[in-house]
Amino acid sequence: MAEAALKTVPLDRTRILQWLQTYGVYAGVALLLVVNTVITPHFLSAENFRTQAVQVAPVIIVALGMALVIGTEGVDLSVGAVMALAASVTALYLGYGLVPALLVVAVFAAAVGFANGALVAFIGVQPIVATLALMVGGRGLALVLLPQLEDLRNPALASLGSGDVLGIPYLILIAAVLAGLVAFVVRRTTFGRQLLAIGDSRPAAQLAGLPVRRVLIVVYVVCALLAAVAGVLATARLQASDPTSLGNLMELSAITAVVVGGTPLTGGRVNIAGTVAGAVLIQLLTATLIKHDLPPSWTQIAQAIVIVCAVYAARGRGKR
Amino acid sequence: MTATKTDAPVTATNDKSPAPAGEPLGSARSERVSALVQQHGALAVLVVVSLVASFSFDSFATGDNISNMATSSAFLAIVALGMTFVIITGGIDLSVGSLFALGGVLAAWGSRHGTLVALLLPLVVCGAIGVVNGLLVARSRLAPFIVTLAAMLGARGLMLALTDEGANTYLIGKGSFLAELGQGSTLGLGNPVWITLGLFVAGAVVLRRTRFGQHVYAVGGNEDAAALMGAPVARTKILVYTMSGVLAGLAGALNAAWLASGVTILGNGMELEAIAAVVIGGTLLTGGLGYVSGALVGVLLLKVIQNVINQIGSLDSSYQQVVSGAFLAVVVVAQTWLGRRRQLM
Repeated sequence: MAEAALKTVPLDRTRILQWLQTYGVYAGVALLLVVNTVITPHFLSAENFRTQAVQVAPVIIVALGMALVIGTEGVDLSVGAVMALAASVTALYLGYGLVPALLVVAVFAAAVGFANGALVAFIGVQPIVATLALMVGGRGLALVLLPQLEDLRNPALASLGSGDVLGIPYLILIAAVLAGLVAFVVRRTTFGRQLLAIGDSRPAAQLAGLPVRRVLIVVYVVCALLAAVAGVLATARLQASDPTSLGNLMELSAITAVVVGGTPLTGGRVNIAGTVAGAVLIQLLTATLIKHDLPPSWTQIAQAIVIVCAVYAARGRGKR
Repeated sequence: MTATKTDAPVTATNDKSPAPAGEPLGSARSERVSALVQQHGALAVLVVVSLVASFSFDSFATGDNISNMATSSAFLAIVALGMTFVIITGGIDLSVGSLFALGGVLAAWGSRHGTLVALLLPLVVCGAIGVVNGLLVARSRLAPFIVTLAAMLGARGLMLALTDEGANTYLIGKGSFLAELGQGSTLGLGNPVWITLGLFVAGAVVLRRTRFGQHVYAVGGNEDAAALMGAPVARTKILVYTMSGVLAGLAGALNAAWLASGVTILGNGMELEAIAAVVIGGTLLTGGLGYVSGALVGVLLLKVIQNVINQIGSLDSSYQQVVSGAFLAVVVVAQTWLGRRRQLM
């Protein structure tokens, strides 16, 4: 009798936790949508959805790369700095045309990602410190290259930032395509499998003969490239390069989106759909609070509570 | 492989044991060298950089400049002291920058109600947030990194809520005890510097000479082993995060007293500076090994580099970030190599 009672109670609790971990983020988004339709005027307008989506697109793109890194049991703090670097390099090389400028941005971002990956994979530095060094140095480099805000007048860049296809802004399309691509890579490719195996247990992956170092380096390079894409898109939307403040605290937003979306920090599992939903959830939460004239301080406190709840829910699975 | 590194101390250590330089002896020696470089490498670099700087710039080794550097290092050093304890247990505290800002605002706000309130309020509130961090890490077993990240957001939110979204800066009245504590000086050094030195001595004694200090090392070295030996793992962790919170609040309060106001935009990125200082000082981020003195050396090194770059007029201050980042990378790489060698031997 007593044993049976003991057995059912924790089972129910783990089941709830499991449900929360898998579907909590979608339930949260749905709840916010419903609540907003009722209490927020003009919430259901296309214009509002467009604004929200354009605002969240860079966060989603950065969070995709972050999800991959977290999947390998790492973390990348340098994404905000890479965004700033992308902004200042874009401004420097835009004179040669948009495509050459983008290529140079890609080279810079890949170099930062390679440095991160090499520190983690070859030297065995903890990801949090390796990327911390690149975060400090990368932002400094961005500021050395371009000390202050610079207005950019380039029609191609402007159309990238504010143009649209059939009413859908390029930003949203790019974010959607990238999300699909990353989800495909994680689920359907050898590389994705190797990434998850490394996150599960690096020694085991090594013993199984997986190219651990190569995969890790590629993951950090991809993360930096995605951050650079977000940096270029944000710059294009602003029509100005702002290395001082662009991407500030972006690493936190991205990590929050990934964690809230149900990807455990312990690696071995990546939930791309959840990551996108996580970014949307935070965006909707912020927008809701702002639209009801609640000050930013409350938004931050609310975000803190959401993060702790999400990690607490994720804990159940991580333990077993 | 280790020949170049072990060359120097051969003469020093060889006289006692005339045994042929076999594998075990050589490895013991190189292990000692590794440990030495790990513990005192940052100090050596600090001395070299300071010497070069004082020969290169007339304005570097002046009393004014040194006392300025000391005072501006004091606040970061207090934060880094708490961070050292957290990192030795194998954790990390990202909330200290926000707690620093919150502590400053609380001290300035509380100074209207008397000195005691102004001093106690930041310590109590920041300590309470530290307790919550510790409970979530130790009892609920959440990752320290994410718990303190949430605390960072929450504390900054609380600070903004207190100051009408950062629009309101509370001032600390002139001539009050608090202002004297922050701005006054004794024997040519600012009071915050003396407080910092006192705290570091106390911190070193606690870490090296008390049971709690041994528990901190044990928890960081191997948590399961520590638990099996009967060390109070959860209590140690909670205490460590509480300490980190209290010290960050104290540093913020002193800084506010020094500036005579609770500035709301301070403390951004301070957690990273503190972590960098602790790591540069030879404390391993994996836990179990670290020195209180190292944190002080790390902070001084960061501040001296900053000062030198400011002295080179032609260099923009953003170079400072590039240099700090590169320096951190070099230190971490060196540490990892040294650490790996020690493990292999």
